[in-house]
Amino acid sequence: MSNATKHWEKTRSLLFITLAIWFVFSIGIFLFGAEMNEVTGPFGYPWTYWFTCQGSLGIFVILIFWFANRQEKIDKEFGFNERGDD
Amino acid sequence: MIKGKFIDNLPKVYGIYTGGFIGFIILMAIGEQMGMTAKAIGIAFVAFTIFIYALIGYLSRTAQADAYYVAGRQVPTVFNGMATAADWMSGASFVAMAGGIYFKGYGYMALLVGWTGGYILVATLLAPYLRKFGCYTVPDFIGTRYGGNLARLLAVIVLTVASFTYVTAQINATGTIASVALDIDFKYAVYVGLISILLCSMLGGMRAVTWTQVAQYIVLIIAYLLPIFWISNKMGAGFFPHFMLADEVARIGELEAQFGFVKNSAADLATVPKGLAGITKAHSAVNATPWAFISLALAMMMGTASLPHVMMRYFTTPSVKAARKSVGWSLFFIFLLYSSAPMLATLSKLSLIDPTLSTGIIGKSFAEVQSIDWYQNWNQANLMFISDFNGNGTLELNEFFMGGKAVVLATPEIAGLPYVISGLVAAGGMAAAMSTADGLILAIANAISHDVYYKMIDPKAETAKRLLVARLLLVVIGFAGATIAAMKIQGILGSVIWAFDFAMSGLFFPLVLGVWWKRANRQGAIAGMALGLASSIWYLVWVRTGGSGFLGITQLTFGIFGAAVSFVSMVVVSLMTAEPDKATQRMVDEVRIPSGRSITGK
Repeated sequence: MSNATKHWEKTRSLLFITLAIWFVFSIGIFLFGAEMNEVTGPFGYPWTYWFTCQGSLGIFVILIFWFANRQEKIDKEFGFNERGDD
Repeated sequence: MIKGKFIDNLPKVYGIYTGGFIGFIILMAIGEQMGMTAKAIGIAFVAFTIFIYALIGYLSRTAQADAYYVAGRQVPTVFNGMATAADWMSGASFVAMAGGIYFKGYGYMALLVGWTGGYILVATLLAPYLRKFGCYTVPDFIGTRYGGNLARLLAVIVLTVASFTYVTAQINATGTIASVALDIDFKYAVYVGLISILLCSMLGGMRAVTWTQVAQYIVLIIAYLLPIFWISNKMGAGFFPHFMLADEVARIGELEAQFGFVKNSAADLATVPKGLAGITKAHSAVNATPWAFISLALAMMMGTASLPHVMMRYFTTPSVKAARKSVGWSLFFIFLLYSSAPMLATLSKLSLIDPTLSTGIIGKSFAEVQSIDWYQNWNQANLMFISDFNGNGTLELNEFFMGGKAVVLATPEIAGLPYVISGLVAAGGMAAAMSTADGLILAIANAISHDVYYKMIDPKAETAKRLLVARLLLVVIGFAGATIAAMKIQGILGSVIWAFDFAMSGLFFPLVLGVWWKRANRQGAIAGMALGLASSIWYLVWVRTGGSGFLGITQLTFGIFGAAVSFVSMVVVSLMTAEPDKATQRMVDEVRIPSGRSITGK
């Protein structure tokens, strides 16, 4: 298997992991919105309310930076990283 | 060189700018104490900020294609993040979002999740690959990846339909704010707004828009956050509202249970001025079915990843890895405003409905409410209305009506903040609407000038001629948008959401599969774009003309239907026709690798 194919396979698995997390916090948890809202969550807000105000949004921000770092590592591993700029 | 120096000095330049703006706010506050009128403060805020943007636009003028179309591909990640956030957060986000949360609660907050979650799709599926491609516009990617003028043209059409739907709403918003702040008729205010928008983009294209958008982001985020923190502290709700409003949210729940949501008769409601609404839905309880929430969030997420004016911001970063990081920064800067909107809605609602607070009006006598200064002002502005339906002389929850915009515009005044804050909020709203309008008009004009004029009509055109065409188109499209905005056919938010649905119907799968599915070919992409857009328009017309719709897909989420049609037709047609040639397949392989030259050779 060529270097490029291996790189793409790893890239694809990272995509699936990232999208799985994305799915949980953008769609999955809201299947149980009513039940989850009965429970008190962070800072005393009801859980579902907190997710829609801050939780999911904040997780998305962190998820993108995490994804970007992982992808950079994969690129470096196969020697496909860009030089110089940032 | 001055340009290089400018890029290196960005933090300093914008630091001084931010300091200067805060200085201006303080100056206005002093002016207010010394007797400057509210009107003069409003005019000063709007005029001063527009002057600064126009100055930046002028200083960023350029005669180079690379600078005009993609800001020379040297915008650092954090600043591109700010520019994208301003590009993204429209007049609707700024003025109408807190109001939507105030009135509709949970069901509306699907938009918050959708408009942020979409950036995951942008970061993982598209932005880095389109950056590697090295294109000038989104249709440029479609045209090069799939080949042929028809695919390119269809992409331009989808882009134009979606972006134009969006831009009229933005010009409308600049007109509304300019007409209030400058006290001129809306018909003329729309064109004042338009000229301000064009001043930012005409001379410098993407380069000018980038640096004005950063400046606009700074204004809009200060204008949004400062009042929220101030109100929260003044009410004693907590010095950092985001972490401290749980008691207030619970208190609203208690009050809702105490007052109950009394339904008004149709005859009573007919007397309420158009556009105003009462509180009829729970503030923090789950009031929508899972599918209603999820389908709206999903439509907005896929729409986010298909809107060309956002995507093209990531063409301006210096590298592929910078494009990825830049998406993260964009979302961070968006998060700052979006996570604050529900806090503003909470503070605004509680201050109005809690009888134990001095600002609370529910439970007071009608005569008393009618004598309050701010009530009179906003009643005159057609954003507040009370009516004694049950004739008992006291104001009930179901007898108080407000416009969605009032949550952002009126809450500072209700909470007793000085007028300087209202002037600041007007400047912030103007910045939000202008920055989005600039991005959209530029996206349309660039697509037509680059993809239709340069790539199809006159491939030998010189740079000077190309840029002249691009600028002319900018003006023509701007005036067309302003003319339609002056007719006021749709509310601000309705047309914004449609833009997402149109974009995802026509572009989501042709873009994503172009990178992630090597087998996707020209015929498939053409079918996907044409049938996706056509079916989404058909569905919208059908539902608008009394059609029942299916699977709970409404006129807000019809893009789900369009995108499904687009996906199926693209896959089926691709598989029925020959696979793309070897050169195209090699091109896709190249796109998937971050290092090396871009596909277009730049």
